Amino acid sequence: MIQKVTFYAALGLLAMFVLVALLGPYLIEHDPLRGSLRARLEPPLWAGGTMEYPLGTDRLGRDMVARMVTGARISLTVCVVVIAIAGSIGTAIGTLSGYVGGWLDRVLMRLVDLALSLPVILLALLIGAVSGPSFGNIVLVISLVLWSQYARMSRGETLRVKNEDYVDLARTSGLGHAAIIFRHILPNIAPSLIVVATLQVGVVIVLEASLSFLGVGVPPPNPSWGSMVADGRSYVVTAWWVSLFPGIAILLVVMAVNIVGDTLTDRINPALRGRTA
Amino acid sequence: MTRLIVGRLAEALAALLLMSLVIFLLSRVTGDPVALLLGDSATVEDRDRLIEQLALDRSLWDQYLTFLGNALTGDFGQSVAAGRRDALDLVLERLPASMSLAAVALCFTLVTGIAMGVLAAITRGSAVDIVVRIVALMGQSVPAFWLGIVLIYVVSVNWGLLPTSGYGTWQHYVLPALTIGTFTLAAVTRLVRASMLDALGSEYVKLARIKGLSEATVILKHALSNSLIPVVTFMGAFFATMITGAVVVETVFAWPGIGRLAYESIVSRDFPVIQTVVLVITALFILANFCVDMLYLAIDPRMRDRG
Repeated sequence: MIQKVTFYAALGLLAMFVLVALLGPYLIEHDPLRGSLRARLEPPLWAGGTMEYPLGTDRLGRDMVARMVTGARISLTVCVVVIAIAGSIGTAIGTLSGYVGGWLDRVLMRLVDLALSLPVILLALLIGAVSGPSFGNIVLVISLVLWSQYARMSRGETLRVKNEDYVDLARTSGLGHAAIIFRHILPNIAPSLIVVATLQVGVVIVLEASLSFLGVGVPPPNPSWGSMVADGRSYVVTAWWVSLFPGIAILLVVMAVNIVGDTLTDRINPALRGRTA
Repeated sequence: MTRLIVGRLAEALAALLLMSLVIFLLSRVTGDPVALLLGDSATVEDRDRLIEQLALDRSLWDQYLTFLGNALTGDFGQSVAAGRRDALDLVLERLPASMSLAAVALCFTLVTGIAMGVLAAITRGSAVDIVVRIVALMGQSVPAFWLGIVLIYVVSVNWGLLPTSGYGTWQHYVLPALTIGTFTLAAVTRLVRASMLDALGSEYVKLARIKGLSEATVILKHALSNSLIPVVTFMGAFFATMITGAVVVETVFAWPGIGRLAYESIVSRDFPVIQTVVLVITALFILANFCVDMLYLAIDPRMRDRG
C-alpha cells in the first residue's frame, strides 16, 4: 500500500518535471538569461520578497523561477539525447555480442570491461578543458560513461532469450538474423532495458549537474541546475535560495526516478533488486 | 589461476594505454598543442624547445611514442600556471590529502552501510527498516556538491560546530568524508540489505537455526559473511564514485587534494597538470580494480576454477 502510494507520487512528480520542461517558455514571465540589475538577490516570497519573483533572484537579478524552469528543460534534453545515443549504441553492441557469440562476443565484452574500468568523468574534465563547455561535449561524455551498461544488460538478456523455443521456431521457419533480432529478441529484452534507462535518468541528471557545477557542462549563461548551485555558492550565507532551490529540484527528480526505477526492477527483474548500485 | 591473474594484469595495462592514447590525441589533434602545453607567456625559444622535446614536427606515431617514453620516466611537462613547476610533483604532493580523505570516507561508509543494511534486513518491514530505506534512497539521489554546500551552511555557519573548509585537524575530515561517502553509503546499505534478506531465507541459515545456534551467531557469522561478497564485488565501483566525487567535494571544501587540483587546473587552463592528474587517477583506479579482483579471487573459491 505505502509502496503503491510512493510509486504514484514519484510518477506524478516525474510527469510534472517533464511537463514543466516541455511547456517551459509558456510558463515563465521573465527572461532566464537577462536580469534586472535593480532586482539583484531578491529573496523568495516567504522571506520578504515580492510576487514579481516568487523564488527570488540571483546575483544578476535573474528570476529564479525562469531559470529553474529553463534548467529543467536543459536537464531533460540532455537525458533524452544521452539515453537515446548510449541506449542505441549499447543495445546494438550488446545484442550483437550475445547473438553472434564466439570471438566477437569476447572482444566486445572486453571493450565493455575496459569502458567500465576507466574514470570517464575525468575524461569529461579533460575534454572540457581542451575545448570548453558545450552541449555536444556533455552529451558525448555522458554517453561515453553510460553505453556499457546497456551493452552488458542486453547481452545477458539476449543470451537468455536466444535459445527460447520461439526463437528456434523463427529460425527453422527460415527467418533471417536481422528479422529474428528485431522481431523476436529486441521486443523481449526491451523491459529490462527500459529499467536500465529509467535508473539512468537519475545518473544523467546528477552527472550533467556535476559537470556544469565544475564549469565544463552546459555553457553559461544557459541555466543548468548544476551551474546555478555553483553560482550561489559564494554567497550562500546571505542569499541561500540561489543554491538551495536547484539542489532541491535535482534531489526530488532523481529520487522520483529512483523510486520508479526500483519499482519497475521489482516487477520486471526481481533478481536485480537492490543490486544496481 | 595464474592465467587469470596474468589476464587481468594485461587488461589493466591495456586500459592504462588506452587512456594515455585518449589524452595524447586530445592534446594533439584538437587545436594547437604548443599553445595548450605552454600557455600564453611562452617565448619563441620555449616553443622551439617544446617542439624538439615532444617531437611535434614528426609523425603522430613518433609523437605518441615520445609522449609514452616521457610519461614512463615521470616527465609530464611543466605546469603552465604554477610557475613552471613539474606537473608530476604538483600532483604527487596533493595525493596524500586525497588518499586520506578517501580512506576515512570508505571506512565510514563500509561500517555504517553494513550496519544499516543488517539492521534493516533483520527488522524487515518495521519503522527502522523504512527509515533506513528512506535514508538510502535520499543518499542515492542527492547531488554531492549541493549536499556539501548545505552541510557547510547548516553545520558550520549556523551551528558553528565544524570548520567550513580546509585541512588539518580531524574536525576537517567530518563534513567532506560525509559528503563524499553519502552515495556509496546508500549503495552499500541497499546491497547489504538485499543480500542479507536472501541469506536469511536460505537453507544454510535455516540449518544453523535448527542446530540451535544463537540468533547473533546466525546473523553475524552465517548470514553476514555471505552477504558481504557482493559488497566486495562493488568495491571497485565504490572507489570510482569516490574519485569522481573527490573532484566536486574537494572543490566545495577547499580540500588540498588532487580533485581540487584538477578543478583548479581546468579553471586556469593548465593542460599539462590536467593530463597528469587524469593519468595518475586512472592508474590508481585501475590498480584499485585489480586489487578488488584479486580480493574477490581470494574470498570466493569458485572464481579460481574459471579461466
